[in-house]
Amino acid sequence: MLFKLTKRPEPSRAMVFVSPLIALGLTLLSGIVLFQIMGVNPGQALYAFFVEPLTSKYGWGELGVKATPLVLIAVALSIGFRAGVWNIGAEGQLTLGAICGGGIALWLYQVDSIFVLPLMVVCGIAGGMLWAAIPAFLRTRFNANEILTSLMLTYVATLFLSVLVHGPWRDPDGFNFPESRIFSDAATLPLILDGTRLHLGWIFALVVVASAWILMARTIIGFQIKVVGEAPAAGRYAGFSVNKVIWFALMMSGGAAGLAGLVEVSGPIGQLLPSISPGYGFTAIIVAFVGRLHPVGVLLAGLLLALSYLGGESAQISLNLPLAVTGVFQGMLLFFLLACDVLIQYRIVPANTKSTAS
Amino acid sequence: MDILIPTLLTIITAATPLLYAAIGEMISEKAGVLNLGVEGMMLLGAVCGFATVHFTGSATLAILAGFLAGAGLSIIFAVLVLGFQSSQVATGLALTIFGIGLSALLGQNLVGIAYDGLPKITIPFLYDIPVLGPLLFNHDILVYGSIVLVVAVAWFLNHTRPGLILRAVGNSHDAAHAIGYHVLRIRFFAILFGGGMAGLAGAYLSLAYSPLWIENMSAGRGWIALALVVFATWRPWRVLIGAYLFGGITILQLHAQALGIGVPSQVMSMLPYIATIVVLVLISRDRNKIRLNAPACIGKPFHPTS
Repeated sequence: MLFKLTKRPEPSRAMVFVSPLIALGLTLLSGIVLFQIMGVNPGQALYAFFVEPLTSKYGWGELGVKATPLVLIAVALSIGFRAGVWNIGAEGQLTLGAICGGGIALWLYQVDSIFVLPLMVVCGIAGGMLWAAIPAFLRTRFNANEILTSLMLTYVATLFLSVLVHGPWRDPDGFNFPESRIFSDAATLPLILDGTRLHLGWIFALVVVASAWILMARTIIGFQIKVVGEAPAAGRYAGFSVNKVIWFALMMSGGAAGLAGLVEVSGPIGQLLPSISPGYGFTAIIVAFVGRLHPVGVLLAGLLLALSYLGGESAQISLNLPLAVTGVFQGMLLFFLLACDVLIQYRIVPANTKSTAS
Repeated sequence: MDILIPTLLTIITAATPLLYAAIGEMISEKAGVLNLGVEGMMLLGAVCGFATVHFTGSATLAILAGFLAGAGLSIIFAVLVLGFQSSQVATGLALTIFGIGLSALLGQNLVGIAYDGLPKITIPFLYDIPVLGPLLFNHDILVYGSIVLVVAVAWFLNHTRPGLILRAVGNSHDAAHAIGYHVLRIRFFAILFGGGMAGLAGAYLSLAYSPLWIENMSAGRGWIALALVVFATWRPWRVLIGAYLFGGITILQLHAQALGIGVPSQVMSMLPYIATIVVLVLISRDRNKIRLNAPACIGKPFHPTS
């Protein structure tokens, strides 16, 4: 090999910030190649993907709409990832949040009260937490891998939602379509920017970002999470309860995902449908990593990945490109990021130099 | 008997993709690499296999394409995990997300096309045995292949020197490295094998199990395969048992739906996923059993310093 890796004496701080930018650059380059292969003018395609969605005020509002669930979920997931708790079933917790919060909206559809929405928010969060409590319990009590259990529960949640909208919760006046009633105004999140669909959920997301930042930087449990994740032995020696951290991480991320699900159904969607998310729970994993598992980074990364959804839709309309391009872009971004992250711990040097670090 | 044999036959077809994917993943884990990208590699194998049979008409080439697609995708994983020291969990997840997207992109023009399914190979004489003959000796090549695979992998791991080296690399990469084995090279081939098998599993789905292409058609089977490896405590024969058990649950669920037992079909569809959770819990609750059987270096990166 022409190059080899030598370990840096200290992880590079600069690379923590530079690596996502390099990864984004490489993703765009690969995008150009991909579009060439598909026989699309890369300039046009990249414009449709990354510029066109943001040429109007409405587009900026949509960016916030798409970023809201991503940021909500990713902020909480990143706390768990820092503790080494791999909740990858956020999509299922999102679905349960939508079911529980949306259930309230359907139950109280004739009630016009300012208390409907807060009750929905509480139930949405509780639903997500409930769904995340299952992997937490199985992990702490039976040592069952939370990656697999939380993921399996995603399929169960999706099927459960399907049962509800095909059966008991189907709109009685809906011509037999598998859809619930449209939520009443009292059960719909208010819009916060004229001329767009940007809704109150975006404020929720910002509040969650701020609280997560305080939690990780200023509280004991935040400190315990970091210790348990980075040095489990030190955590045990200090008497930190690993089980407590697992529960905390899963409850946080479950609650946040549940809130995201509620926000989706009572915001942009406005009713319960068999499919309520284009994979936000999975994309949030990418958001968490691109955002360096830091709340502020996650906010920026959430906007970037939200743009990839908007870009996919815009490229589908203007260039007739398939929506799946979005997933390919997202996957490539994470690949390049993971590859570039090697630069944080290692230096790339020509293979014939002597190692100095070790 | 009229119902029994067709039912058992469908169990075999439901178990075969799980068997390929889980055996491949087991080899990769035995070498110390946890690859969570099985679902993505399966989907790419499925779409490439189906595209190949659609454009060339050759089932052999289609199977080969499925294998190569899975193995090819796993190279990305191998380069990142082995070369760039990236987190195996994160990289595996990225592989799944990428594989879902890429397979949907490649397969966009293949949706709605049907294929007859892989040809059945009837074994002469043996087929004439009552009951057992039709049950065991009238399958496509991939079903026979899956059984041969289990036998071969069991023999390889327990009775050959390369198998021993593979296990050594997974149990103590430092010791294996010190003796002079190329840890990264061995892991590379283990990952490649795992990817190829996941690709075959996907190809089986789109060529034989339900011979057509639909986005996301693996429906979580890649993840169930991962759980099966734990269920089997990293032993090939138990992977076989586990795969058939899950195949059985899948088919049971379909038959229960057909009988219309008054439960919404979606509730029955939840069964394989819930069963996976139950099985994981039953196996994992005995921490010592997992500790004794799991490859010790699973998930840990290795960086040769000298």
